[in-house]
Amino acid sequence: MDLTYTPEQQAFRAEVRAWLEAHVPAQPLEHYDATREGFEAHRQWEATLKQGDWGMVTWPKEYGGRGVDLIQWLIFEEEYYRAGAPGRVNQNGIFLLGPTLMEFGTHEQKARFLPPMASGEEIWAQAWSEPQAGSDLAGVRATAVRDGDEYVLNGHKIWSSRAVFADWAFGLFRAPGTERHHGMSLIFFPLNAPGVTVNAIKKINGHVGFAEIFLEDVRVPAFNRLGDEGQGWHICMATAGFERGLMLRSPARYQVAAARLAELWEANRDSADPALEADVVRAFMNAEAYALNIYQTASRLMAGAKIGPEASTNKIFWSEMDIHLTETALGILGPQAELTQEAPDAASYDWMDDYIFSLAGPIYAGSNEIQRNIIAERMLGLPRK
Amino acid sequence: MDFTLNDEQRMFAETAQTLFGDTCTPDHWRKQMESGEARDDARWNAIVETGLTLLLLPEEAGGLGLTELDFALIAEKAGYVALPEPLAESAGVAAPLLAALAPDSEVLADPSATIAIQHPANPYVLDADLAGAIILHKDGEAYLATPDQVTLTREESIDPFRRLFKVEWDVANATPLGKADWDLALDRGALFCAAQGLGLAQRAVDLAVAYAQERQQFGKPIGSYQAVKHHLASAQVAIEFARPVVLAAAADIGKRDVQARARISHAKLVALEAAEKAAKASIQVHGAMGYSWEVDVHLFLKRALALKQYWGSPAFHRGRIANRMFTQPTGPDQTFARETENA
Repeated sequence: MDLTYTPEQQAFRAEVRAWLEAHVPAQPLEHYDATREGFEAHRQWEATLKQGDWGMVTWPKEYGGRGVDLIQWLIFEEEYYRAGAPGRVNQNGIFLLGPTLMEFGTHEQKARFLPPMASGEEIWAQAWSEPQAGSDLAGVRATAVRDGDEYVLNGHKIWSSRAVFADWAFGLFRAPGTERHHGMSLIFFPLNAPGVTVNAIKKINGHVGFAEIFLEDVRVPAFNRLGDEGQGWHICMATAGFERGLMLRSPARYQVAAARLAELWEANRDSADPALEADVVRAFMNAEAYALNIYQTASRLMAGAKIGPEASTNKIFWSEMDIHLTETALGILGPQAELTQEAPDAASYDWMDDYIFSLAGPIYAGSNEIQRNIIAERMLGLPRK
Repeated sequence: MDFTLNDEQRMFAETAQTLFGDTCTPDHWRKQMESGEARDDARWNAIVETGLTLLLLPEEAGGLGLTELDFALIAEKAGYVALPEPLAESAGVAAPLLAALAPDSEVLADPSATIAIQHPANPYVLDADLAGAIILHKDGEAYLATPDQVTLTREESIDPFRRLFKVEWDVANATPLGKADWDLALDRGALFCAAQGLGLAQRAVDLAVAYAQERQQFGKPIGSYQAVKHHLASAQVAIEFARPVVLAAAADIGKRDVQARARISHAKLVALEAAEKAAKASIQVHGAMGYSWEVDVHLFLKRALALKQYWGSPAFHRGRIANRMFTQPTGPDQTFARETENA
């Protein structure tokens, strides 16, 4: 065990830091879920990242990446969050679909979809959930019927993040007459294809972060199917592993938040409830523990291990950590916590928005109840029924 | 950067696990509790023969010269069986302290002798009556005495295997050793408590899992009910996020800076919280059986409760973490930072 960075890793950090210092916009961008303008500003930022070859650093060079390893990826993320760089509008693409394509896609599919994903030219939404199938994804009813070289898609998707402004979506569809985990395929469709209707759903913060999607006889080439026909469930579970585990939630995000919380505490130490210091310390500990856990996992994966059900433990940990951290901030702010950013006395940072967002953590990417079932059954070996 | 264990470390830990697993079973605990014997001689001899008591001792003192990380892996396995003998305290804390002060000390030459330690952090001394020697503390100086040179008063612990003593003594009856590194002793003590906590926690979960697979209610195993699953999954999450902290603390204890000390404190807090959480979940899953003397879960709860306050209270350790937070840079590039780099 060697918990020090190599000279190469330190040089990589310095390179990332210098580039970000020169390129991160001075003014924060409007949120990508708030308006079309905010979304397009983020697309522009993705293009800027691509110019420096920082769009998707872990991907091979031929697909628009830099081919760095997981430790370097963690370093990149640390510098990214440290610099306060904009949120990744294409996270569904680069962190979820990207790794899945890398594992299950053909060379032609990778060459077609990955480079524009890395550059932000094509921004992706996920279209998994349906009104009757949320955490129970095996219950999806949307269908894909093969017709020559094409699929004809029909159905109703919901809770599709980014779909209001995005270009493409990846969805789970089944062959008519199949049940549960069988007969499902993962298929990509353009959100502007004939027969696709996207309706925005406002989130509790007023942003249009969700959409419901209606598909009526939408025709896509069979080329848009990832993996074999009927392999959708298997692929989907791999994607869910990426989502719950490493890629979606790099530790840096929480370490920045914990540092910001510590500053808030130090600024309000004299007026805030002294008991809150223990929570501030706890937030720091949680962020550290999460970082150490991810570094350990990254080292194991680099040594040849595969990610397993521990992805579910990550999901529970980061989602609960996030709520605890932001709740602590609201406690320190006291009566100021309820003020919106437009109020004259508003705090300089919108903790309430972060808190509200944190409440979604235990729900999306598979509810925490489902994650606990997965841990109990696949890690601990408790009976399914 | 390589956050993985090497083959030798894994092998050593597996050897200890097998040894403890074979020699420290529920039957052994029961017999030992009934007989009131302080230690199981056969088991202790096996521990000594395997070299576990020599692990942390420097080679000059006849030891194996391995590291705290290697020893932490052994301590974790000791926690998994609620080992009655004071392996962590003697071989992990007292022996290396004595070797640093008096490498020629006679008691170090006998690998089967345990060494007790009176530390300012701990009012009661573990296994002082059977120790080959006791390291004593006074005004920052260390002294050495044999049990017959001091006055021992037994203080019963809730943990049937923890034998605590108040030690009263006279400087005139002890050998002065000079100024000792009490801080390092505390760091090692806290670290090995944390490592044991991981083992205690995992055992509490494993006992509950085994029970929940067998025990039927309403016509099916209780482990098939979501409410039962969620208790144990939550405990397992606590373990998974304590373990890397313990390993990182063990790997970096030698750095001896603010960050290293904070990480040891972090490890101790979260590993014993995980142990307590797991033991409580395990008792709940066992139902009324879990509340009985008959079922072994209480041994793990009691050891966790004892270790939680031993080698520094939670408040003490939280204070060390706050000190690191508020005096050193924090943030995403500081996970593996060192005090010297930021000087």
